[in-house]
Amino acid sequence: MSAHADTHAHDDHGHHHKETFVTKYIFSMDHKMIAKQYLVTGTIMGVIGVMMSLLFRMQIAWPEQPNVLFEALLGKWAPDGVMDADIYLALVTIHGTIMVFFVLTAGLSGTFSNLLIPLQIGARDMASGFLNMVSYWLFFVSSIIMVISLFVEAGPAAAGWTIYPPLSALPMAQGGSGAGMTLWLVSMAIFIASSLLGSLNYVVTVLNLRTKGMSMTRLPLTIWAFFVTAIIGIISFPVLLSAALLLIMDRSFGTSFFLSDIFIQGEVLHYQGGSPVLFEHLFWFLGHPEVYIVILPAMGLVSEIMATNSRKPIFGYRAMIASILAIAFLSTIVWGHHMFVSGMNPFLGSVFTFTTLLIAIPSAVKAFNWITTIWKGNLQMNPAMLFSIGFVSTFITGGLTGIILGDSALDINVHDTYFVVAHFHLVMGISALYGMFAGIYHWYPKMYGRMLNKNLGYIHFWITAVCAYGVFFPMHFIGMAGLPRRYYTNSNFPLFDDVSNVNVIITIFALIGGVVQIVYLYNFFSSMYYGKKATQNPWRATTLEWTTPVEHIHGNWPGEIPHVYRWSYDYSKPGHDVDFVPQNVPLKDGEEELQH
Amino acid sequence: MSTTVVNVETEGKTWGGGNEPLKASYGKMMMWFFIVSDALTFSGFLAAYGFSRFKFIDSWPIADEVFTHVPFLHGQELPMIYVAFMTFILIMSSVTMVLAVDAGHHLNKAKVTIYMFLTIIGGLIFVGSQAWEWATFIKGDYGAIQTKGGNILQFVDTEGHRVALKDFVVANADADRTQHERDNGLWFVSEGTLPTYTVEEVLHGLEKHDNILVRTQTLTEEGHKTVLTRAESIKQLKENGKAVVEGANLHVNEYGSPLFADFFFFITGFHGFHVFSGVVLNIIIFFNVVLGTYERRKSYEMVEKVGLYWHFVDLVWVFVFTFFYLV
Repeated sequence: MSAHADTHAHDDHGHHHKETFVTKYIFSMDHKMIAKQYLVTGTIMGVIGVMMSLLFRMQIAWPEQPNVLFEALLGKWAPDGVMDADIYLALVTIHGTIMVFFVLTAGLSGTFSNLLIPLQIGARDMASGFLNMVSYWLFFVSSIIMVISLFVEAGPAAAGWTIYPPLSALPMAQGGSGAGMTLWLVSMAIFIASSLLGSLNYVVTVLNLRTKGMSMTRLPLTIWAFFVTAIIGIISFPVLLSAALLLIMDRSFGTSFFLSDIFIQGEVLHYQGGSPVLFEHLFWFLGHPEVYIVILPAMGLVSEIMATNSRKPIFGYRAMIASILAIAFLSTIVWGHHMFVSGMNPFLGSVFTFTTLLIAIPSAVKAFNWITTIWKGNLQMNPAMLFSIGFVSTFITGGLTGIILGDSALDINVHDTYFVVAHFHLVMGISALYGMFAGIYHWYPKMYGRMLNKNLGYIHFWITAVCAYGVFFPMHFIGMAGLPRRYYTNSNFPLFDDVSNVNVIITIFALIGGVVQIVYLYNFFSSMYYGKKATQNPWRATTLEWTTPVEHIHGNWPGEIPHVYRWSYDYSKPGHDVDFVPQNVPLKDGEEELQH
Repeated sequence: MSTTVVNVETEGKTWGGGNEPLKASYGKMMMWFFIVSDALTFSGFLAAYGFSRFKFIDSWPIADEVFTHVPFLHGQELPMIYVAFMTFILIMSSVTMVLAVDAGHHLNKAKVTIYMFLTIIGGLIFVGSQAWEWATFIKGDYGAIQTKGGNILQFVDTEGHRVALKDFVVANADADRTQHERDNGLWFVSEGTLPTYTVEEVLHGLEKHDNILVRTQTLTEEGHKTVLTRAESIKQLKENGKAVVEGANLHVNEYGSPLFADFFFFITGFHGFHVFSGVVLNIIIFFNVVLGTYERRKSYEMVEKVGLYWHFVDLVWVFVFTFFYLV
């Protein structure tokens, strides 16, 4: 297939092809529609994931007390309204899985990479619209299977989102290790295929389909972030696939990759020689890059939104790119810091400590660049900007505890306590979620042609921000007091009586924070129909997506694709009448391109 | 807004758009990145294999003693000969693939057809050989005893040559049970193949033959397996013998650690699956070539893309071959 013939075919989009309901809304190959599909699927999965966390938070705050909600939602898993211990573990597991993979990987990266890559680089569509469609539908199928696994009679997977063997490898190990675990693995295998197809498309589109003048150093930072995220995905997800395939062999065909001599219920199993630590290595080789797959797109979105709403160029554009690349590289050589207590050689532990702490450097470069970007800017405090600032705040808060946890000597003391829970929820959970919200508030007009309600956005942000800190800040203290994570109840240990009140406060904040998301959901869905009509460039931004018409057309631009003459951050450039110069405006006579 | 004005200042300095970096179309680029991804999957498996092998570095089976068979040459020990042949065939199929791609560049349909055909044949020979290799490995060779601790005891004569169970063990004719089959028992139940002998029969045979010794899987400093003395041999078998093992499967392995068989089956199986998929892709492309699809397109790039995949699969085999057979 010649590439030139293909490019030509792209140019013809929008002129013919009669679109039916099915090709337009369901099996669409248009990147903008696929982005919306990802967003809506991700949102639904997010609602499920957040509701689970509220349920198990209520159990932690009021352990083993009857609750009408439990009885209504959990049925046989809450006899007389008291949550069963097995379903508690299952809820924790599925909450982690859904939030990490389905919301913050597919929901975030899938939405914004699909929406923004072609629009911001000046392409008619993704390199392969067909693979893009397949990628979404594989994600959809894997979401459905994950949701179905909740209804398995013996319970959904309950081995934690990290599915360490032997809980995940022996079908008889616990209730959720049977069909629930099988469905989990099937769902994740499909998810990995979806992620691979998506990533291939993103990388190749960024490399091959940029418009004239769009050199790599003129790309908006969003595109850089999506590009590098996709590369990390291509490198790390296959290793999870290796681990999952070996695990399936252990589960179903009796191999001993991850299992050593084991007795269960008085019976000696035939397994011999394998090692669960091997699984941890393989899993965390994905697991650690995965947190950057989650956070890098959010970083890109925030960089773009901050520059636009400060009416200033991003500070340290090249340093930003360099730190994205540095983070991506370092992310693949730090996985051992999740395994400091697995019996790893202490020397190896110190190597992983070293590489882990190195990540603080590019992360700090980024944090300082964001702060200097808004420094003395003409700040436009719309909800997107607020969420971006919130992102920087939680990223710094969570990042600082990362320095503690990355040090093996300190980590051993707080390993598997709520300190860890607080750390990763702030630094990748809440931060990435803020990045996603910021992106939605900012690009909603591009997606749906209408504006989100600003006042509802303010309410959403402020209550969410207070509640997020209210939930995760106290967790640092109960973690340092030694409270272990993942425990069904702490009331059996008199040691932890002192922290039980803190747990009640955390849960109350979580409940308020969870409920206030209804405001956002209302805003999101009602604005599709009743929101204020958007203008073509509501935020007065420089990037190419705002040169496309508000009404979506297949092929993005009605005429020729605009050419690019400058980088994407010409805000408040001296010598211009307006405080932004779009990328497609040629340089004036004598005007110099900013050195960046 | 004028979007068609060409700015002379930046002309030549910045990326022109519409061209392909590295002169690769997006499809070829995708294949490259897919290969990166697949390479990482194989790396995961090979790293896991290395991890497990190092755990048993003092007792890992010696490949030269395992892969000694060549079709039609029964009873001869020819280590590595057959796998060398398989490897040669696979590498030759890469050569023919290169020739096919080259012929494609010259739009030479006849030559592409011939070379694609040869590549497919090479792939099929490899997959077939792999199946034979598996069957031989599963069937086993000499037979061994598994101890209660899961180790393997093999038998050698006083000169150190391997001795098969059937050469010194006599099966007790009136054994207390027979192999369960569907026509002599319950039709809906099946049973794994029973070993030919019991541990007692092997012990009896060992006691009768003075020249037979037990060899454990522990490697000496010179890299040979430890051979026990006559008294130790009988004692070891009597005290620790648990089951007779013939051949290898995912649970037991007469050559030593079950992990050896697990990884062998899994990694060569996963690679074989890749070769098989490659053959299927090659066949599809072959028919497209024959039907003249690429002739009309004036581009044989699809041949190039499957070629990339095929070379990758060959390259992976080089690693698998090295780590399983050579080192």
